[in-house]
Parts: sequence; structure tokens; C-alpha cells
Amino acid sequence: MSTLNLLIVVCMLYGLFLFFVAFAAERSARRGKGRWLRSPMVYTLSLSIYCTAWTFYGAVGYAARSGMEYVTIYLGPTIVMVGWWWVLRKLVRVGRTQRVTSIADLISSRFGKSNLLAVGVTILAVVAATPYIALQLQSVTLSFASFADAVGQPGQGGGERTSTAFWVAMGLALFTVLFGTRNLDANERHHGVVMAIAVEAVVKLTALLAVGIFVVWGLSGGVAETFARIDASQIGHWQMDGGRWAALTFLAGAAFLCLPRMFQVMVVENADEAHLRTASWAFPGYLLLMSLFVVPIAVMGLERLPEGSNPDLFVLTLPLAEGQTALAIFSFLGGFSSATSMVVVASLALATMVSNHMVMPLWLMWSGGRASVSGDVRHVVLLSRRLSIAGIVALGYIYYRASGGGEALAAIGLVSFAGVAQVLPVMIGGIYWRGATRIGALAGLTVGFGLWGYTLFLPSLGPGVILSQAVLDNGILGMVWLRPQALFGIEGIDPLVHAVFWSLLLNALTFFAVSLASFPTPLERLQGAQFVNVLQQAGSARSWSAGAAQAEDLMVMAQRILGAREAQAFFEQEAARQAGRAVRAGALPEPSPDFLQRLERELSGSVGAATAHAMVAQIVGGASVSVRELLAVADETAQMIEYSDRLQAQSKELAATAAKLREANDKLTRLSVQKDAFLSQISHELRTPMTSIRAFSEILRDTQDVSPEEQKKYSSIIHDESVRLTRLLDDLLDLSVLENGQVNLNIRRGSLRDALGKAVSAAVAGDETAHLQVHRVPDEEDQPLETDFDRLGQVFINLITNARKYCDAETPELTIRATAMSDGRVQVDFIDNGSGIPEEARDLIFEKFSRVSPQRAGGAGLGLSICRQIMERLGGAVDYIPSPRNAHFRVTLPMANPAETAHRKSMVTN
Amino acid sequence: MTDQRPRHLFVERQTYRRRRVQDAARFLPVLGIVLVMVPLLWAEGPEGVSMSNAIRYLFTLWAALVGAAMVLSLYLREEKSSESEDPPSPVDPGTD
Repeated sequence: MSTLNLLIVVCMLYGLFLFFVAFAAERSARRGKGRWLRSPMVYTLSLSIYCTAWTFYGAVGYAARSGMEYVTIYLGPTIVMVGWWWVLRKLVRVGRTQRVTSIADLISSRFGKSNLLAVGVTILAVVAATPYIALQLQSVTLSFASFADAVGQPGQGGGERTSTAFWVAMGLALFTVLFGTRNLDANERHHGVVMAIAVEAVVKLTALLAVGIFVVWGLSGGVAETFARIDASQIGHWQMDGGRWAALTFLAGAAFLCLPRMFQVMVVENADEAHLRTASWAFPGYLLLMSLFVVPIAVMGLERLPEGSNPDLFVLTLPLAEGQTALAIFSFLGGFSSATSMVVVASLALATMVSNHMVMPLWLMWSGGRASVSGDVRHVVLLSRRLSIAGIVALGYIYYRASGGGEALAAIGLVSFAGVAQVLPVMIGGIYWRGATRIGALAGLTVGFGLWGYTLFLPSLGPGVILSQAVLDNGILGMVWLRPQALFGIEGIDPLVHAVFWSLLLNALTFFAVSLASFPTPLERLQGAQFVNVLQQAGSARSWSAGAAQAEDLMVMAQRILGAREAQAFFEQEAARQAGRAVRAGALPEPSPDFLQRLERELSGSVGAATAHAMVAQIVGGASVSVRELLAVADETAQMIEYSDRLQAQSKELAATAAKLREANDKLTRLSVQKDAFLSQISHELRTPMTSIRAFSEILRDTQDVSPEEQKKYSSIIHDESVRLTRLLDDLLDLSVLENGQVNLNIRRGSLRDALGKAVSAAVAGDETAHLQVHRVPDEEDQPLETDFDRLGQVFINLITNARKYCDAETPELTIRATAMSDGRVQVDFIDNGSGIPEEARDLIFEKFSRVSPQRAGGAGLGLSICRQIMERLGGAVDYIPSPRNAHFRVTLPMANPAETAHRKSMVTN
Repeated sequence: MTDQRPRHLFVERQTYRRRRVQDAARFLPVLGIVLVMVPLLWAEGPEGVSMSNAIRYLFTLWAALVGAAMVLSLYLREEKSSESEDPPSPVDPGTD
């Protein structure tokens, strides 16, 4: 068997072996024995897809051309990994809590599940990764061809080479489809793929180490000799462009975080955050070993291989030239592993992005509302992902064919790094800065992507492909300051450093400035808080308002996406969680917000956050946190506040009513006491005159010798007492008549002055001992009235008499003031200079049988009661105006109005 | 008001140690960047640093970073929760 055929057989066997490894890993994971599949070491090894064929073969070529510059590609990731406590820890936590499926999903999810952003990042990633995939195909083809050349079986033309690339591409697409889309795991983890790339990681490391050991100890003869050879070689002195050293280190670190395939293995496939702890040192160690023998191999290649041989293939051609065929085959497998693992993971990661953010939304839009009701979504997702994988690999193949597989491809690695690094500002801003907004992210990415394309990617295709030489020399439209490789007229910088500097600087600035100036939507703010505070709390992303969501509908949809068994298990588990105990099989949980949120996360593992959100929204109805719903929530809150306010008001009202009732009760009790007192009083009042009358009439009847004087005296006593009795009875009768409304009023026109004058003279004249001074203002009293002047006079007399009787001042004075009111009424105030009525008695003075001070009683306590009744009959009122110093009564009554005379008369007399 | 300040100004010894290890983990990449950028100061050309010395420096630095990260990773544990660092505060000793 020829060496070449042997190589082909070995390759085939190796491929079969990888299929077997992946298959075995999948199987043992399915049987639940996959714990060892998820060890920290496997995680670390899976990170090694960072080392592609470009680094496996290319690093040596790089070293042969530019000395130590190649280590920057590894030093950047080393610093990122060693500094995992800063960024990676948070990134992985975010990825796990938010069930992020790709870097596009992360960005989209952070900025309010914006699909536009996801599409942008996806396109960026595809554009940057396609040449890279082409590069891998090229490396396999080239290494195969050089192997064939070296073993003396040349003759394969270009057609053969492209067919190598074709078959490799086919095989890789098949592998990726088989193990990458085997299931729609909620966690989006692919045990088979991860295991296979871990095995490949070991193969490529040992292959490179084997070649290195062979070179150092086999060819060179030891470490010291190797160092001597290195110093003697053409790269024996330190030569470094400082800008490139720093920029490349930074760029490699950034790309390490942002490359879709790195994100896939580092964040998405991460099974346990603790694995990161191990990887933080183990992966830098892996990189160290990978680059340890690069310079010795390069130096030895330069020394031993003929002038003009491709330094990119020294790893392969050096053992071949030394006749170590087995080592060469091993080395070839190492390169093959590097290329294939990169293509598999990259196409898987990109396909997830393309499928979740471009194909599925389109399909959902196209199929309208039928998504959850008819059609097998699970099937569609798988199909779209498989087609995306095939499409991406095909794209890489086409690019390889179109570019002719020339040297131009070799430079594409760093160009691709610079492309994906444009995501860095948005990603870091997104997880550390709550103020980052969707608009800002879009603007930053657009600027970064545009500048990267203009200053690096398009020129890298060579002059004349898209950008003409004229544009490269004189800038676009002849504007010199817009030259792609000398922006703003700053010349002389390395084109890569130039592009990285300007694109990332302006990208970050735009992102920052636009974020500052714009305002995020509610969902963005929620997500922003979730992402930035992810290390403080493991809270929920957003809540579903449990609407009309039907558990059955959700079940049907979940079955289509997750698969029947998984969905049933998930629903049962949720039902058990809600019930707090084990439930019978087939039980459905209540569509509580909590459950919907977990379901959405579960689904987002399969179809991406935005799509999962849209699908649950279709069934539940309405996106969870639209502004409208926030407003509804706010309304509800406002209603509750209002309701509680009302309750408070009602309870206040009740308290007030209770207080009033208590007051009324007190008043009733006092009235009752007063009534009892008055009854005994009136009995006494009636009995006293009756006793006198009886006694004196008995004297008159039984005594014979009564002198005429005595007779006159006795009979006048009897008369006086009868008058007193009559007056008392008159008062009682009067009150009774007034209260029953059976009074006849004698309405006349007259003036207030006359009424007051008569009342004052009547009241004062009745008592000779009176020294009450009455002050009046006659001008004020000139008010026309139309009323019953007899009754009104009765009221005035009563008030003046009260003042005379009860005023306790040294020199009693009474001031009478009349005031015309604007509402056609007149107020008459009676103010004396006495001490007034005690507060506790004020609300009783107008009651019947009430007397403020019984000991000074002159009447029956009916006067004010009668006054009030009279004033009500006359359409006015009499009130006591509380005042601390003096007794102040106010009579209010309507003034005469000629137009209404007739009407008033009939009304009042009724 | 002094009452609004955290009750515990100082944490327990164990927590203190854990936080300093985290500080070290944060500092390590900074140190790494500085040391990785040291070659920018080197003289170039035939009179400059020889390639073998450059290799020795860079790989020693690299191995040291790996070793330091490994040692730190043994001591780095996620804190259970940032809130539960302080022991539950004792009941207020009376009122005055």
C-alpha cells in the first residue's frame, strides 16, 4: 500500500473513530452515565478549538516569517483566561441563567430581545467566519497535497485538490449535522461534538509535541543546541513592531471572547461554572504547550528544508523530509483535527445563530399564527439548523474555490479576528453597564462593522476585487482623508493595527454616546438589570402575566420543540413543583407566570430567546412586558391604591358617624335628664301657685273675719298666681301650636327699626329695677321687612329679656346690630357683655324645658324654644354664636322683596 | 447618622482571606498584561535581545501565570451569596 493510500485509510479510520467517539458519548449521556463527559478537563480540551489549522500549521510559518509575534495569538487568550474572575465568570453565569444559545442570542437577549441586533451579529459572524472556514479547508487540502508531493506521488492537479476540499467539507457537514442537530436539547449541549473535539484536542497537542520533541531532541540534539540554532538563525534576534505586539495581544483576547465557536464551547456548552476554575489555568497551559516548539520547528525547517518551501507546512514537511512517515501521518492527523474541529463547532455555532435569528423568525412570520397550532416546529427547527450547517460549510467551500486557495487566505485569520472583535464593546458594555441601549448597540456595531469592512476586510481581498486601487490610494470619492488604510490622513501604521484601532475605538465611542443619548425600552431595562446584576442574584428575566394561556396548548407547542418525552417530563416536574408533591403522570401545571417563564427559558435553549418569547407570546397572547402591559399593571396598582383609599375614607366616615351617634346619644341622655328635671320642676311650678291659690281661697272661704285689706291682698295673690299659671300654660300651648305648624301669621310690611324699638321698650319697660343699657345703631336698622311683626317682636323681646335676666355683668349692656346680607337676608345680632352660655349648655338652650341656670329661673324654659319655632315659621333662624366672652344671639330673617310679596305670603302662612 | 452604616465593618477572618484571594485573581491579569508588554522595551536587532532569551522570558512568564492561576483556582470559591457574608446581626441591645 502506498504511503498516500495509507494516509487516506488512516484519515478514514480516524474519521470513523471520531464518529464512534461522538456516538458513544451521546449514548452514554442519554443513559445518564455522562458525568465523566462533563469533567473540567473535557471542558478545557474543548476550548482548544481556538487552535485551528491556522495556528497548528500557521504558527510555525508565522514564526519563520516574523519571529515571536505568533505568541500574541496565544498570550491574549491566556490573559483572558487567567483573568476569568473579571469577565468570563460573569459571561458564563449570564449564559447559563439566560439560557443563551449563541453570542448573537446573548446580545439580542441583553438588548430587549431585539432580533435586529441578533441578525446583525449573525451576519457579522458569518462574514468573518466564512473565509476562516475556507482557510481550514485549504489547510487540509494543502497538507494533503504536500504530503502527496513529498511521498513522490504528485500529479494530482487542481481538480484533485478541490475534490479533497469537497470531500472534507461533505464529511464535516455530515458530522456536524449528525451530532450537532441530533436533538434539540434544552441546554443546547452536544455531548458527542464536545467529546470528539476533546479527543481531537489531545491528538493535535500530542502531534505538535511529537514533532517538537523530534526536532529538539532528534534533530537538534538537545535544548542548549536548539537555543544556539535559534540564535544563529535568521530570526535569531528580537524584531518586533510594538504596535502590532500590543494590538495583536488585545485582538486575540477580544476574539477569544467573541468568536462564535469559542462562545459556543466556553459559554453554551459549559456544564458547570466550576469548570471555568480549572480551565483558567489548564487552558493557558495547553496554549503554552501548543506554542512551545513552534520556534524550534520553524528554525529547523528554515535550516533543513530547501529554499522556497512553504513555512506554513514545516510541521508536516519536516518529518517527511527526515523520512519519519509515521510522525508525518500523525502530524497530518493533528492538522486535520485542528481544521475539522474548528469547522464543526464554527458551523454549529453559526448555524444556531442563522437558524434561530434568521430562518425561524422568517418562518414564524411566514406561517403566521399557525406556528403553535399546526406544523411540527421541532422538525422545522432541526431542518433549518441542518440546512444552515450545510449552507455555512458550503459557503466556506465556495469561498475557498472562489479565492483560488492562494496565499491571500493565510492573512484572513487576523482579519476575521478583527471582524468578530467588533462585538466586544457591545458585549462588555451589555454585561457591565445598565445604561447600554439597543440603539447604541446597533449604532456601535454598524460603525465597527462598516469600518472593519472598509479598512481591513475589503482591502484584504486585494485591490480591484471590490475596492479599486484608486480608492486604496486616494480614498473614496477622491477624499484623501478617507483612504482605507490611512484614515484621517494618519499614515505609516500597520494596516491591521490601523483598522483595529479605528474600528474598535469608533465602535465603542458610538455605542457609548448613542446609549447615553437614547432611552431603553422597559424590556431592555429589565434585561439590562438581569445581566449586569447576574452575580448578585439569580432572579427572573421577566414575568409572564398569566392570561388565557392554556396548559394544553403550551404542552402541544413544547412537545413540538422539545420532543414529546422531554416536554411531558418537564410539565410533570413543573406540576409537581406547583403541587409541592409528586403528581400522577400526565398532570398539567397551572400556567402561572413562574411556570411560563421557566418554559420560555427551556424553549429558548432550543430556538433562541427571541423566538421562544414570540412562541409563548402567541399562545399566552401578547408579549410579556409591553409598555401597554406595564401601564396595565400600573393601572391595576393605581386602582388598588384608590380602593384602599376609599376603604380608608369609608372607615373614617364610619368613625365620624359613630362619633355623631355617640354625641346624639349623650344629648338624648342629657335631654332625658333635663326632661325629668323639668317635669319635677314644672310640677313644682304648678304646685306652688296651686298651693297658694288653694290656701288663700280656703282662708277666704273658712275665715269669717277677714278684713277688706286682707281680702283684697289674698285675692290679688290668688289672681297673680292664676295669671302665672295661665302664662305657663299659654307658653306650653303656644309652643305646641308652633310645633304642629297650626299657626296663623299676620304678615305685614314694616321696618326692622320699628320692630326693635317696640321690643326694647316693651322688654325694658316691664321691669322697673332694670338698668340694662341697650345700644342700637338706628341707621343700620332701616331695613324693610315683610313678616309677622307680633311674632318677631315676641322673639326680640325674649332675647332682650334674656339679656336683662341673665347678664351677669356689673353694668349690663346689650348691643343690637343689624346687617344686610348680600343674599337678601338681614342679620340682627344681640350681644351682651355677660359671661355667655357655658359650652356644655349651648346645644341645649333651644330645646324645650331647657334652662341654663335653674336657680335664676324666671320662666318655664320655653322662651328660646318658642323663638326658634317662630323664626323657622318666618323663614329665618335664631342661633347662638359661640364666643368666649359674651352671649351672642343672631337672628336671621329675609328682607322684604316687593315682587315676591304675594308668593311669600301664601307660602309662609301655609 | 451612624446607624445607617453596615453593622459589621470588619468581616470574619475566613471571609477576609477569601476576598483577598479574589483580589489576587483580579490583579493577576493586570500583572500579566504589564509583563507581556515588557518586550516592547527591548532593544531590537543584532545588538538587542537574542531570540533564545526572548523565548526564555516569555515562556517562563507564561508558565508562572499558569502556575499562579492554578494556585489561585484552588482557593477561589464562589461566595454563597454576597448578602450572607455577615453573620445575622444580634438583637439590638436595649433601647435608651
